[in-house]
Amino acid sequence: MKYILLMSSTATGVQGYHAQSKQDIEAHMAILHRINKDLSESGEFVATQGLTGPQEAKVVRGEKNGLPVTDGIFPESKEFLLGYWIVDVSNAERAYAIAGRISAASMNIPIEVRQFATYEATSR
Amino acid sequence: MKYILMMMGKKSDFDGYAKWSKEDLQANVAFMRAFSKELKETGVFVSTEGLGWPSEAKLIRAGKDGEPVTDGVFPESKEFLAGYWIIDVESPEQAYKIAARASRAPGAGAKAANMPIEVRRVLSSHADLGL
Amino acid sequence: MADQPHDVPFEHLLRGLAPQVLGAVARRFRDFSSAEDAVQEAMIAAFRQWPKEGVPENPRGWLIQVASRRMTDHMRSELARRERETAVAAETETLTSILEIEADMDPDDTLILLFMCCHPALSPSSAITLTLRAVGGLTTAEIANAFLVPEATMAQRISRAKQTIKTSGVPFRLPSPHERTGRLPAVLHVLYLIFSEGYTSSIGSHLQRFDLACEAIRLTRSAKTLLPDNPEVVGLLALMLLTDARRAARTGPDEELIPLDKQDRTLWDRSEIAEGIELLTAALSKGSVGLYQLQAAIAAVHDEAESVEDTDWAQILALYELLNRVAPSPMVTLNLAIAAGMVHGPAKGLELLRPLDRDPRIAGHYRLDAVRAHFFEKMGDHEAAIQHYRIAAARTTSMPERNYLLTRASDLAGLA
Repeated sequence: MKYILLMSSTATGVQGYHAQSKQDIEAHMAILHRINKDLSESGEFVATQGLTGPQEAKVVRGEKNGLPVTDGIFPESKEFLLGYWIVDVSNAERAYAIAGRISAASMNIPIEVRQFATYEATSR
Repeated sequence: MKYILMMMGKKSDFDGYAKWSKEDLQANVAFMRAFSKELKETGVFVSTEGLGWPSEAKLIRAGKDGEPVTDGVFPESKEFLAGYWIIDVESPEQAYKIAARASRAPGAGAKAANMPIEVRRVLSSHADLGL
Repeated sequence: MADQPHDVPFEHLLRGLAPQVLGAVARRFRDFSSAEDAVQEAMIAAFRQWPKEGVPENPRGWLIQVASRRMTDHMRSELARRERETAVAAETETLTSILEIEADMDPDDTLILLFMCCHPALSPSSAITLTLRAVGGLTTAEIANAFLVPEATMAQRISRAKQTIKTSGVPFRLPSPHERTGRLPAVLHVLYLIFSEGYTSSIGSHLQRFDLACEAIRLTRSAKTLLPDNPEVVGLLALMLLTDARRAARTGPDEELIPLDKQDRTLWDRSEIAEGIELLTAALSKGSVGLYQLQAAIAAVHDEAESVEDTDWAQILALYELLNRVAPSPMVTLNLAIAAGMVHGPAKGLELLRPLDRDPRIAGHYRLDAVRAHFFEKMGDHEAAIQHYRIAAARTTSMPERNYLLTRASDLAGLA
């Protein structure tokens, strides 16, 4: 069963993160790296990606004449996606356990867990 | 350059979608299929995924004893990721153009939904995040 | 059957040889895990070289030779690592005769591998992937493609599965007839899971995935050859064929899901149905009424009906009642309720669904709401039907299913 684990934050949250010491940030990266390694080893790893910050984000709406209208407003308190993990696990509890570990490593930021939809005839 | 094109919606948007007419639903599904096919044919397609309904979403934190704490309660204003495309393109402008096309997927009442599509660049590694 | 993404003329030959080669090499070198890796490498080498050089005169011998070379290379480097005595090293220098290895081959090797790879010590997921590689002769890439995971992830799963076999001390020998009776259900279960995986994922062509349903049928045919007259194996093959027969009718022109009661039966594969019925009859004549035979019998009732209206629902209900005694489960109850609804009316069906709300294995499952919605629709309670179709749509992760359920709801809402 494939799940996506979403890590989001707000501008304020990210500022708080940046305010940490270099060592703390490196330690955090090291734990996440360790988690990725463990997921590879257990054969549950599918993908993980980080996204560039919201200051570069655009929100696009197609206009009638087909030209994109770009608009990049992210108020201080608006949540944006930082990155995600995609895992293939035997059951939901395993996905939650992995999310819990990521959360614990990341100042207990809540991790949103969503199951992927499939193009199969029935659900898992 | 890899970009993620994200379709977001509030719970009310999902509930609205569920009430579309059969014709509108079918037109939207057909559009999405054709759109992904086109992305593949033009060689920019990396992946696309649809996500489960917001009612099934869970928020996880680590509990005191390390066990995950599960919560399914989100504010009404919460924007949920409905699905995304990841594309590999030459420029950000190309990504925005493609996003604009996605945004024009047919919606309720056979009009273009004009859904906002959030476009973000995908990093190659966490190191790039500058965290 | 659909073309595999990796469709090459000699692919069929190659994969048929794989378990024979593995059996021979594993037996010779007494190391299943390394032999399995070596055979996988030989397979990949064949895929690379045979298109250019042509299929060798003795394809099996070729594979044995390449796999053996890998094994001796591997052992040599292992020995070098461990700095063993030259006397031992000298033994590996001896040219391993292909003829010797082939002479050692045992016709039971494929069966041994099947039992090994489906050993109860393995999780279903591990058993599936290992069976596909070691017995099916699929490459890691093909299996990864079938399950939509990265190749490295799949390679790791197979590696771990083999590690489990090693630590569980599963021997490379055929289980005794007594052991076999106890171990066969696990084998059949794995084959059934491979089929289900393939069958549910074969909807729509837009994801070019390896045809696991086809592979499951092939492996079950092999199992039948190896265990002739075993009614459960025959029953399983019958079930697969009778189910697969309907494949072409399940998907509409826009890749939408078409339920059984709306399918164009002219698209059903009559030869698969005929073979399925023949096998089922043979299995039932043995007097046993196992799990797969019952499910096959139910599929047969559907497949033999000229139209939905002609379907013998009373017969299906009787079979589900029997299945409920042989192998009860919430899904069986659900299907029994559907059949009861057809025979005794939707109110009866709804009544039979109620206990499932208290069963944690199925409460909250989308199918429960989908079936309820269907009953409400039949009763003319459109509001309740719409409500339950939409709940089911939110709960399913299958896009085709979600689209179908929302469309049903919208259809009814449109009638208001």
